[in-house]
Order: sequence, then C-alpha cells, then structure tokens
Amino acid sequence: MTPTPRTTRAYFAAFYALMTTYRAEIFLWALATSLPLIMMGIWVQAGESGAFSGFTSVDAARYFIAVFVVRQLSICWVIYEFEWDVVSGRLSSMLLHPVHPVWRYILMHAGEQGTRLPFSILFIGLSLFIFPEALWGNAGQPGAWLPQWWRVLLALACAYCAFLLRFFIQYTLATMAFWIERVSSLEGLNYLPYLFLSGLIVPIQTLPAGLQEAMLWTPYPYMLWFPAMLIAAPPEALPPAMIVRGLVTIACWLGVFIVISRVLWQRGLKHYSAMGA
Amino acid sequence: MPAITTRGLSKTYRVADKKPGLLGTLRHFIKRRHREIEAVKVVDLDIAPGEVVGFLGPNGAGKTTTLKMLTGLVHPTAGEVSVLGHEPFKRRPELLKQITLVMGNKQQMIWDLPPMDSLHVNAAVYGVPDDEAMRRVKVFAEMLGLDEELTQPVRKLSLGQRMKCELVAALLHHPKVLFLDEPTLGLDLNAQTAVRQFLKQYNEEQQASILLTSHYMADITALCERVVVIHEGAILYDGSLDGVIERFAPLREVKLDLGGHADDAVLRRFGEVEVNDGRSARLLVQRQTLTETVGRVLAELDVEDLTVTDPPIEDVIARLFASGDGKAEQGTTDAHG
Repeated sequence: MTPTPRTTRAYFAAFYALMTTYRAEIFLWALATSLPLIMMGIWVQAGESGAFSGFTSVDAARYFIAVFVVRQLSICWVIYEFEWDVVSGRLSSMLLHPVHPVWRYILMHAGEQGTRLPFSILFIGLSLFIFPEALWGNAGQPGAWLPQWWRVLLALACAYCAFLLRFFIQYTLATMAFWIERVSSLEGLNYLPYLFLSGLIVPIQTLPAGLQEAMLWTPYPYMLWFPAMLIAAPPEALPPAMIVRGLVTIACWLGVFIVISRVLWQRGLKHYSAMGA
Repeated sequence: MPAITTRGLSKTYRVADKKPGLLGTLRHFIKRRHREIEAVKVVDLDIAPGEVVGFLGPNGAGKTTTLKMLTGLVHPTAGEVSVLGHEPFKRRPELLKQITLVMGNKQQMIWDLPPMDSLHVNAAVYGVPDDEAMRRVKVFAEMLGLDEELTQPVRKLSLGQRMKCELVAALLHHPKVLFLDEPTLGLDLNAQTAVRQFLKQYNEEQQASILLTSHYMADITALCERVVVIHEGAILYDGSLDGVIERFAPLREVKLDLGGHADDAVLRRFGEVEVNDGRSARLLVQRQTLTETVGRVLAELDVEDLTVTDPPIEDVIARLFASGDGKAEQGTTDAHG
C-alpha cells in the first residue's frame, strides 16, 4: 500500500496547504525549537575562554547553526498526531484508504517542513548576522565557512535520514497507542536521551573518547550531531571511515525501527476498537 | 454470489471496570479490573449486489460494531466475514477501493481545508483520473445542491453541507458496497431528503449494495425494502420492511368516524383507545381478533366510516425495542429469502 507519485503529490499539496493555514503557529514553533541558537551563545563563550581544547568560539557557532538547520529539518510530532487519531477514532477513515496511514503522517511532516523553511532561513540569517565570525572566522581562526559541496549534500540527505530515524522511533512508540492509548508520555522517555545524546546541548566531540564511542552506538547522535558535523566540522574531524560508519549505523537503526513498528502495527490493529467511530 | 456474507460473526470487547468514587479510583489505580462485553453475539447475513438493507437496533445493539467488522476496522472475535470475496480485516487495496464507510458523527475531510482539497487527495488515493474525478464531483454536487461549499473550509460549513461533502468524498471512487452509519444524523428535513434521494439515485445507477443504519425511519422507508433488526448483539429479524409490521405489530389501528357520541368506556370494550374526541376515535385492536372486533363495532356503534391501517413503522420499531426481546413477543427471526 505504497502511494503512487500522484498520491504523494496530492498528499503533499494538501498538507502544505493545511500547514500554511497554521503559519503563525509554525513560526512560533520554529522559535520554540531554537534551543541550538541559545546553546550557541553559551558555547561561543566557552570557546572564547579556551575551556575546551580544539573547540573554538567559531567552531561552536558553526556547529550550533548546523545543529539548528538539522533540527529544523528533523522535527517530529507523529506520536501526538497518532495518539489523537487512535483515541478519537480518526484513524478509521485512514484505514479505509488503500494507502498505508504511515505515508500520510510522513507527508504531513513534509508539508510542515515546507512551511517551516522560510522561518528557519530567517533564524539562520539572524544568527549569522549576530555572529558573523561563523561565516568569516576571526583573528584566532581565520577563513570562511566553506564546507565541501558533497558534504553539504550528504548532510542534507543525512538530515532527512535523521528525520526518518526520529519519525520511526516515535512512530514505533506511537503504535503502543493500540494498547495504552496515552502514548505521548512515552515520548518523554525518548526525548531525554535525545536531549543529551544527540549533541543538542553538548557537542559530542568535546566529550571523553570512551563516552563518545559509547554514544555513537545509539541512534541519537545521528539525529543531530552527525549531519551537523558534516557541514560544520573540518574534514579531518569527520573522516570518510567515520562517515561510512555513520551511514551504516543510521541504516541499521532505521531498519530496526521500521521492522519493529511494522510488527507492532500488525499486532496493534487487532486491538484497535475504532473508538468514537 | 452475495456482496456481503457473515457467519457466526461475533465481537467481544474487554473494557476497564472502575467503581465510582475516590475508593474506586484508588483501587482502579492499584489493580485494574476488566470485564468483557459481547457487543455482537452472532450475526449471519447475506446481502446481494445492489441490495439496500436497513440495519436497525437500539443504541448499543451492535450495529456500529458490525459495520466496523464488515469494513475491516475491527477484528471479529469469532465467525466469518466476506465482503466482495475478501476478508475485510486483511485490508487488501482491491477491497478498499470498492467499499466506503460514512459515519454521521465522523468526518474524513481535512477540517481546515476546503472539501475540494480532500477530494483531490481521494481522487489520487483511489486512482481516479483528475478529469474523471472532477466530472464525478460535478455530477454529485448537482445532485446534492453543492456549489461554493466545495471551496470553503470544512469548518465553516453547516452540518448538512458537511455531510453532503462527506458523501461526495466517500463515493468519489464509485464504491460497490456502502456502509452508512447514521448518514442523516442531525440534518434538517431538506438535507435529509436530499441525502436520501442522492443515495437512491447512486444505488440505481451504480447497482451498489448499501447497508444503512439510521434512527430516522424515513431513511429506512425511503431506501430499504429489507431490514435487519439487531438487539443485544443478535439478529432479531431479517426480512422485508412490510414483514416487520406483520411480525412485530400485533395491533392494528382502527379509525372510526362516529354518527353519535361514544364514551371511552364504551370504546374500551373493542380495543385500546388512542384518541377519542367524541365524533372520531382511533383504537388499537389485536390482529387476531380484528375481524370479529370490527363486526362488533359496526353492529353496536353508530359508525359513519371505518378505516383499518397498520400503525406507523416508527411505532412498531419503538415498541419492538421497548419490549426488550422481540423473540419473546413474536417468535424467531424471519430468514431472509
């Protein structure tokens, strides 16, 4: 029950139209998810103090701007939407369509990402205006921020993979709604490791090597840190072997959560009582 | 081959059982208790292609649960179900492209967008070419009296306008089997009539099977020649609409125009007095004794005119549900022939 290109276009057009009706809310949401820009201010200070060897204020600014970009592309809220659809019985009409509802959710996010894009660009421009050293460097670290073109493309692809990874983790938790209904509480359990292991608050490269290694086995660094490093870090900080490892790890985790979510979906549907419908 | 077949279809739900009050809440927090509810006990149905069947029953009788099982939304606890040769809960696209479910209290259209956006999505989802989809929308819109409503946000539409748009969305792919759960719920009389006419025309043109639940008997009488009555999860009656009256209306209505005044006390000797204004009266008389009673009325009273009719179907159904168990009153289910 995979959608055709025409169905994909129709869904995207409808959800983009829907999300543009909520443009004010999405602007506020983009503002509310600007934690990386706040963290940038803190880490730029830390970089200037020289507290973290090899992690300068310019590195901090570039890293957190890149984190902001990846985060804007990978925002995910499927668990809240799915919970409401199950609890209210709205899922029923989706189940009657000859397209799996998961596509509807993915394309709903795509519509929201499209609407959010101009606001994200605005915030990025504002950040670069406030801290132009991110673009041009400073006396201690001269040189413009010019990542290799293929790393930029790869980072964008990885940012979308990061979205899919976040999506399928949340969607896997969301399918528990067939049993426990109020699943959004589970997202709290997922958000905590996301906050600390993804590189959102602390850049992973500043942590001890052993801790870094342990974190890199979890899916969380690939949701922000890995795509951000592709844009923000110098090539030697993320060598090709590390990139390959990152891509393989993303693919593995994505595969794991897609399989688990499919199993839970199949089993959960037997518990679905189409409440309220 | 029937469009819909069920054999021994049943569904049991497990629901949390919480006692009221603070103590009940604390107990429920520490240890959950559940009980099982047999929403549908046994349903055997055969519905032919093109047939329109009214599915009647009081609240909680199992109508909606049956519809949910027939559309594949809910897995049956036991029994077999086949819709157009498919098991609905397997949700095969070949089946989903041929059925639809309309629920009067639910919507499938996107709330904040005009219906036309949802219609474009449905056309793509069901693989209806754009030009054909727009032709169908135009035809349906004309039949239902829709125009600018299609380009206004759904949330700005009245309930009747919204339901009409829901019908357009639900029938855009020309489904062969329609499951309609209270499609006229809350609509005004004009909108109800428009929806009924639309469904009648759709059935005639597409030869679609329709299983319709409604609390408005006018929907049933306008559309259905056959009714299935369900009560407490089991089928009580399956047969013609006229047969409901035959089977479940033990009383007939005798209207009298009288040449002179007759007291209630006098009229009660012949039957239950519904109305008596002195010059005309309405009596309910047992069907078995009708001939004998009419003979006595004509012999003993000054009657200018006498008419015998069946009571309104609404009254029959209400009486049937109120009795709790129609079997106790009138015997077993009439197998649909």
